[in-house]
Amino acid sequence: MKRDFRFYIKLFISCFELSAFTFGGGYVMISLMRKKFVEKLGWLNEEEMLDFTVIAQSSPGAIAINTTLLLGFRLAGIPGAIITVFATVLPPFLIIYALSFGYSALQYNAVFQGVMRGMQAGVAAVITDVVIGMAKSVLKNRAKAVISLVLMIGAFAAVSLFSVNPMLVIAFAAVSGLLLFRDESGEKEDRK
Amino acid sequence: MIFLQLFWSFFQIGLFSIGGGYAALPLIKEQIVELNQWLTQAEYNDIITISQMTPGPISINAATFVGTKIGGALGAVIATVGFVMPSVIIISILYAVYKRYRKLSALGSVLAGLRPAVVGLIASAGVAMVISSFFKDGTVAFRTDNMDFFAIIVFAACFYTIWKHKVNPILVISAAGVAGGVFYSVF
Repeated sequence: MKRDFRFYIKLFISCFELSAFTFGGGYVMISLMRKKFVEKLGWLNEEEMLDFTVIAQSSPGAIAINTTLLLGFRLAGIPGAIITVFATVLPPFLIIYALSFGYSALQYNAVFQGVMRGMQAGVAAVITDVVIGMAKSVLKNRAKAVISLVLMIGAFAAVSLFSVNPMLVIAFAAVSGLLLFRDESGEKEDRK
Repeated sequence: MIFLQLFWSFFQIGLFSIGGGYAALPLIKEQIVELNQWLTQAEYNDIITISQMTPGPISINAATFVGTKIGGALGAVIATVGFVMPSVIIISILYAVYKRYRKLSALGSVLAGLRPAVVGLIASAGVAMVISSFFKDGTVAFRTDNMDFFAIIVFAACFYTIWKHKVNPILVISAAGVAGGVFYSVF
């Protein structure tokens, strides 16, 4: 892709839009980002998106901010990262800045609450769709499919049912990968 | 110097909140309510509630809110920059490492193990959201008075359009919001 003025504008608008619709935490941002940058624009591949999620989740700070920084670096280096982080911070910043002058009225407004409930159902549908897409891509490699499936279900159960700290799950999965996928990756020419 | 203190407080929150979202809450509370007494407990509760209704990371919301209250627009900018700064520094380093070594066999194996686990983590966030959308009191209790049938219909319609027709998700979420605004304020 050409990194001209139009590319930077598109990058900014995409991240701004995504951030403005990130209700309910960093994983929603990742879901929307995957739909936009992997499926629609094809600027990233599925594997990179998952790697960015891993790095973003295991680093300090907000997941949405970390992911958007990685996206910026990957697509256009330092200028890219500046654009994406700025575009991601701006929507919540503007909304809270405006709300800090009179938020209590909105909190009890029936229409506002209805809009929020409706959007929540929509967001839940998006994240469901993304999880199915991601699971398919992770299980595509038949040789690794069984272990991958176990890791996936295990991670889900640990966090959802047993409230295990996600950082522990990440650490466990990293060690499992190191032990079980030893000869799976790493092309020869990169080893020297 | 109040601006320096704002920056430093949110820099620390950014640096020590690992695991995102709700992991940052105790840190924010300690810095904002207990240490510096910039917000009362009631105001702190309000900002958490607002954060759940508005887009964006909870810490960015808190930084903007506290910054505005303490130092106006400039305060909001400084607090937000303070929170984002540790991410910028750490992610630049990690991205450089990733770019250089991702093809290396050890890191490749680690990433191969992490990818499915991350899908599981995202799935658990998704399920939590589906539950809080379908059940009015947020617990999985299948009683007709507790189930939000409108939300279930909206969910199914949204899922179908995204899955089958690849409609832009932001459009779909907006449409769901309009439908919710009309339905819930009438019924």
